[in-house]
Parts: sequence; structure tokens; C-alpha cells
Amino acid sequence: MNSALSIEQQQQLRRLLENGLPLTSRPYQVFAEQINSSEHAVIEHVQGLAEQGLFRRFGIVVKHRALGINANVMLVMDIEDERVHQVGEALGEAPGVNLCYRRPRRPDWPYNLFCMVHGRDRQAVEAHVLELLQQHNLQQRPHHLLFSTRAFKQRGGRYNQTGTI
Amino acid sequence: MDDLCLRMLDRFQHDLPICAAPYQAMADELGCTEDDILQRLTLLNERKALSRVGPVFEHSRAGASTLVALAVPEVRIEEVAAQINAFDEVNHNYLREHNWNLWFVLTGPSREHLDQTLEKIEQLTGLAPLDLPMLTAYQIDLGFALGKNSQVPT
Repeated sequence: MNSALSIEQQQQLRRLLENGLPLTSRPYQVFAEQINSSEHAVIEHVQGLAEQGLFRRFGIVVKHRALGINANVMLVMDIEDERVHQVGEALGEAPGVNLCYRRPRRPDWPYNLFCMVHGRDRQAVEAHVLELLQQHNLQQRPHHLLFSTRAFKQRGGRYNQTGTI
Repeated sequence: MDDLCLRMLDRFQHDLPICAAPYQAMADELGCTEDDILQRLTLLNERKALSRVGPVFEHSRAGASTLVALAVPEVRIEEVAAQINAFDEVNHNYLREHNWNLWFVLTGPSREHLDQTLEKIEQLTGLAPLDLPMLTAYQIDLGFALGKNSQVPT
């Protein structure tokens, strides 16, 4: 990508973006001042990153626990390889499923499909998961509900290992 | 949380315009003032309910990532969780109800970097990590519906 920013400025901007926009009228102007560039060049660069598909989404990132969404379960299932894509697509579109990923099985780990379901409390989430399994005819497949009981760390990923802020 | 705050959260966990005055753009769409928006975001931030405003990077394009689990003996949970948290590559470190009880995501610039990090973790903790990289994503939107169209089970 042609950018008005030097490689170093691009890396600095990347770290600033990972920490989020300042809550002020002209956030990109603040970034521009921090990396010795112009607001226009910064916005153009961020738009370029978006066009390249580097962002999964762009907007407000909430901490769900602080919003009263206290129960979070990782539903793991062992689904036959022949139909894991079909089941994954269906569960991915189901209400209340925030993430649905296929991952490898391991010698000590028999499950290949992972769904995250969040809700206000444990009973609600458990009931919702059972309903999902029934609707998709998956009760008989080996599965397990891994509720989270503590969050030790919750933040966005850092991809650039050249330093932290 | 008032109605405007819910509408803001439901609308702008994705597709926030990348422009000089993004909070004004939010205000224009929601029919309020930029100050209304900034006040609510500041309040969410003070209540520790706001992680940030900005991009969620696409793991596969922005570098490498993997989901990792450790089977940590009960008495070592605090110690090992702190050791894991200290890695800059780690985010979303959770205790879960299973023999594999500590679950976290590793992100880094490359798969090689993650392999090195996994080795360091094994050396440091004496525990063999379960390495579960994503093979296929069927649903990756991390936004939460919170308002009246919420699908969050209650």
C-alpha cells in the first residue's frame, strides 16, 4: 500500500490503534501529533488498512462483564468431519452464538467445533445451549460446556512485538 | 444505561466511519450531539465497561493467533495465571471448568513466534500446552446485541 507514513510511523500508529481512539472530537489529529504526521495522512492510512481487510470490525469494543453479561460458556463438540462445516455454518448463524470456530482435535482433546455463548447468568446460558443442541440434533454428539469462572486478562490482541505502551 | 447509550452500543460495535470526526458521525446517525456521544463513552470507560473504540484486528491477516489451554493443578492457579498474564502475546486469559482449566489466546506477528512463545510457556510452567489454532471461522463478529433486539439469553 502506498502510504504517506514511514514504516516506523505505521508501526506507531498500529500500536495507537490497538489501544483505541482518544475520546475527543478529532481523535486522528491526536494520533497525527503523536507520530509527527498529518490528520489526513493518518485517516488515509487507517482507511487503507480497513480496505485491505485487516479489521474484523471497527467500532466500540465493550467489556461484557461490566455490562452485566456475566456468564460465558465455551461449548465444545466432536462433530464428524464430513458434516462439521454444515453444523458450523448453522450454529454460527444461531442467535446468541458470538463465535463459532473449527479447531484441530488433539490426542488429549477430542473436540473440533467451538462456540462461545454469553448471557446474563449461568442458568440462562445453559438452557440456551441445550436448546441449540436440540434444535440442531446434536445432543448425542460428544460435547462439553466449559463455563468461565474467572477472567485473568481481557484485552485486544497485540500483533506487533516491537514494544508496548 | 439510557436508551441512547443502548442504541449507540447496538449500532456502533461495528461499521464506525473512519473519518476526521467519528463521534460527530455517530451523533448525526443517532440524532444527538457529539457531546452526548462522548459523555456516554466516557461514562462507560469510567465504569470499566469500555475496552476501546477502534479496530478489532483480523487475526489471520494481522498476524498469527491460537487458542491455548493448560491443565493447571488447583493449588498453582494463581501462580500460573500470573505467569501467563505477564506475556505480552496473551489476551483473554480465563479460568474454565474442565481438567484443561486455563484458557488463553496467543497473538503474534507469525506462527514461528507463537511456537517460541509456547515453548517458553512450557519451560516456565512445566505444563504442556494444548495448542488449538483456528481452522475455520463460521462466525466471528464479537459485537453484543444489548438493546431491544438483544439475542443475549436472559
